[in-house]
Amino acid sequence: MSQTTLEATTTRTDAGATIALSGDIDGSARQALDAAYAEVGDGDAVLLDFSRVQYINSTGIALIVGVLARARAQSRPVTACGLSEHYREIFEITRLSDFMTILADGPVPSADNGGRQ
Amino acid sequence: MVPHTLRRVMFRRPRAAGAAAAPIETRAALPSEEKGAEPGLEISPNDPIVPYFQSAPGAVELRSLELHSPALEQMRAQGITMVVPLVTQGELIGLLNLGPRLSDQEYSPDDRRLLESLAAQVAPAVKVGQLVREQEAEVRARERIEQELEVARLIQQNFLPKELPELDGWRVAAYYRPARTVGGDFYDFIELPEGRIGLVVGDVTDKGVPAAMVMAATRSVLRAAAQRLLEPGTVLERINETLCSEIPPNMFVTCLYGVLDPGTGRLRYANAGHNLPIVESGGEVSELRATGMPLGLLPGMSYEEKEAVIAPGSSVLLYSDGLTEAHDPGREMFGTPRVRQLLAHGAVADELISDLLADLDRFTGAEAEQEDDITLVALARAGGAQELRPVLSFSVASAEGNEREAMRRVGDAAAAAGVDATRLERLKTAVAEATMNAMEHGNRYDPELPVEIAVARSDTVLSVRITDRGGARDIPQAEAPDIEAKLAGEQSPRGWGLYLIENMVDEVRADGDGDRHTLELITHLKGHGEGR
Repeated sequence: MSQTTLEATTTRTDAGATIALSGDIDGSARQALDAAYAEVGDGDAVLLDFSRVQYINSTGIALIVGVLARARAQSRPVTACGLSEHYREIFEITRLSDFMTILADGPVPSADNGGRQ
Repeated sequence: MVPHTLRRVMFRRPRAAGAAAAPIETRAALPSEEKGAEPGLEISPNDPIVPYFQSAPGAVELRSLELHSPALEQMRAQGITMVVPLVTQGELIGLLNLGPRLSDQEYSPDDRRLLESLAAQVAPAVKVGQLVREQEAEVRARERIEQELEVARLIQQNFLPKELPELDGWRVAAYYRPARTVGGDFYDFIELPEGRIGLVVGDVTDKGVPAAMVMAATRSVLRAAAQRLLEPGTVLERINETLCSEIPPNMFVTCLYGVLDPGTGRLRYANAGHNLPIVESGGEVSELRATGMPLGLLPGMSYEEKEAVIAPGSSVLLYSDGLTEAHDPGREMFGTPRVRQLLAHGAVADELISDLLADLDRFTGAEAEQEDDITLVALARAGGAQELRPVLSFSVASAEGNEREAMRRVGDAAAAAGVDATRLERLKTAVAEATMNAMEHGNRYDPELPVEIAVARSDTVLSVRITDRGGARDIPQAEAPDIEAKLAGEQSPRGWGLYLIENMVDEVRADGDGDRHTLELITHLKGHGEGR
């Protein structure tokens, strides 16, 4: 498995912001994540799309905790989609899943139905 | 006024309280240089003069005394005319005995007052002296016992093997822990012709130096006989004949003697009343039974000889009753079933011994004094389903991102070994996290220091050992990180590595030495063990 630096692209719609993640979420992903989160507009719900993420390590989990903490401070709901079965288990073990909605596998939803609960 | 005789009489009390029926030893205690120069004085404990003196208000003139007392007659015969009882705290501890005055005059009231005041001061001092002497005697007795125990311990240690035999394809472990009073346990490994090895575990009745001496003698006879005779039963017969004529009739020795052929696992054994060895094979345990009387009791005994085969992957435990007959605080015995149960778990030699001891300590309680010597000898034969076989080993330099190589290579090996998809992903995460920890915490990202990774498998598990150069350290107990505190910014968002590792594999073990630290990750292969 070769290292792929994370790319994170934020798309805003009326319903909220989708951050499409592609690559690895490890220590090197901080900048990309921060930049993508900065583009989320006021009041937007956030949908994190993990469908093109191959690898998340413990440092990456810490970065996701950081994003979640900021979103909670701003009272934004956070939803995750596209997680593999393995990382879905890790989100459960770490209890990240208690603080975000995890969508089941399937076609990646758009922010306007994924960001709402 | 010069007393003709001044003599101290000591009254000894029986040690046990309430032992009124026991005779009180009452005898004259004279300084050694005076012995023979003065007549002794024996006062029987039930002599009526004892209570009389004890309750006398002061000096007693013997002339006017009317008592049927042998001691009184003896004192009069010795020329004693007046006695001043030494009483302190109601206890008669001695007598001041006086003969007639040199002037042949009566003792005056002044004389008596002087003597009584002297007695009042002397009595407590004498009592203190007596107590000090008693205590000194006790200390000396204790020291003598300690010294004797030390001698016994030395004899025993001197005759126990200094090192374990190295047998190809076997793991051998032995353990001996003497009780404070040192019993007569022993064990031995005897090198025999054609690569065979004699295994001995025994126990001499009795404790201390006598037991240690008999143990030493038994061991010597056994070693000599074992070199000449191949059949374990015949060896025990020979020792029995020697011991019967040489050890005290109240002593005997239990002993298990076996001859092991490490190549084939064949074990021929005979047993002189010792605890039965326990064999574990594929999770099943059985006892090796052979009949025979303890050694040194009766001449002309014969010993049944049996044979067992210790199969690859099996192990055998020889032990003494100090293990099975240890008690818990409620006086329940440790017992053989507990030992069998531990063996059934398939622990290997040294591991089995440490598990047994940990179990025993939990059972008896940490504070409990060990009742008897404990001896354990365990042999485990390599091979079989549990044996780990190397699959892959490599190392990565300590540089960020290198955990991916570790993850990929271990992942490929694990997939080839048949680890199912779910477990494979978990294992890969655990390997990545453990490698990162090794690079960061163990090797401090020093690129000169490698992280070594070794993969091995048995029929049931896959083991990944990840070794750094950070030296032995405890892995902290991974608690579930407090995500609420992390989200609230009260804690660092980091700190997930170890928690993930522990949740991703079936077992995590740590070991290390001054230089290296190894984390071993165990994953059950498909179809074995519980799924998460």
